[in-house]
Amino acid sequence: MSKNSLRGVFVNGIFNENPVFRLVLGTCPVIAVTTSAINGAGMGLAATFVLIGSNVVISLLRNFIPGKVRIPAFIVVICTFVTMIQLLMHAYLPSLYEALGIFLPLIVVNCIILARAEAFASKNGVVASAMDGIGMGIGFTLAMVLMGSVRELLGNGTIFGVSLLGASFEPVLLFVLAPGGFLAYGLLLGIINAIGNKRKANRSNEEVKAA
Amino acid sequence: MRLSEIGVFLFFVNAAFSNNFIFSRFLGNCPYLGVSTKLETATGMGVAVVFVMGIASLFCYLTYEYILLPFGLQYLNTIAFILIIAALVQFVEMFMKKSLPALYSALGIYLPLITTNCAVLGVTILNMNSGFNLLESVLSGVFGAVGFLLAIVLMAGVRERLESSDIPKAFKGFPISLIIAGFMSVAFMGFSGLVK
Repeated sequence: MSKNSLRGVFVNGIFNENPVFRLVLGTCPVIAVTTSAINGAGMGLAATFVLIGSNVVISLLRNFIPGKVRIPAFIVVICTFVTMIQLLMHAYLPSLYEALGIFLPLIVVNCIILARAEAFASKNGVVASAMDGIGMGIGFTLAMVLMGSVRELLGNGTIFGVSLLGASFEPVLLFVLAPGGFLAYGLLLGIINAIGNKRKANRSNEEVKAA
Repeated sequence: MRLSEIGVFLFFVNAAFSNNFIFSRFLGNCPYLGVSTKLETATGMGVAVVFVMGIASLFCYLTYEYILLPFGLQYLNTIAFILIIAALVQFVEMFMKKSLPALYSALGIYLPLITTNCAVLGVTILNMNSGFNLLESVLSGVFGAVGFLLAIVLMAGVRERLESSDIPKAFKGFPISLIIAGFMSVAFMGFSGLVK
């Protein structure tokens, strides 16, 4: 695959097909663990590790896995990487392990990872699949950090634990509680859609002018 | 939250309302948002999840207690549970295709997706972490799924009305559904103090 298209695959995951804001896949951890920016980043990086690992292995095995049993086979590969990151995090980052709780083993059933295995890694070469994993992983991590930052800023007045809004700010506690996850996600998704629509409208206007 | 301490009714309230899978545990959001556009399919999906979650809780408990624990293989729990769930879903799919073809065609692609419904894997891991016995595991699976059924049916009812309302273009579809889910979640917070 040429250099240009590899970059396309990489950028695709971050912007055009951002798993969180464009594809709207794997929404459970997005809502559940983004009570702070650091939790969002931790979850994003764990998922990135699993995405890259499973994409590479599945791409290597794509000619050996029979079509009929591919989904269980993919899940076993994904599960192996999830168990690895679970054990690693338990050993070296126990506080993050506690904060992510049940959502760490649940990366197994995160739709993004299975969707990339099915839609990309099972059809493309190792390098491209790794690139896709990195791009999607970064896209997911950025979205998680954005969600975490918005919720932490509104609900606690801080981002990554750094106070930004001063002592006079009255925190909107709702945003770090359960409903805040849904509200923040819905509002961010709406804003991003609005920006996307605007850009599309501008582009078609320019085309009309050029013609 | 043991069954012997609080009784069946409070155990139900706790699993279905106070710790509702959608609104306070955030598990199973994909089908919740994906299949809640029509009341009929939402009900079908909810019932299928009740069935799968009950059976999955039973089999995962037995596997953990009598296979993984005696051999010291606890770290394999995720992989064992997901394989059990995948097999069960396949079974339910075959059963439905044969006996309930109308429901089968209505649920379409979402039936195999129960495998990746995190509420199912979630409940089995939560049962294991809370040290539930056999009865408690099955009840928490079934009751939790009833909470999911309730949430998805409520959402479908709202979304059917939403189709005819005037929503800003950028908020159509997922964004407005998420915001509605947020308000429902506020309402469900009212249940959180019921079971101590």
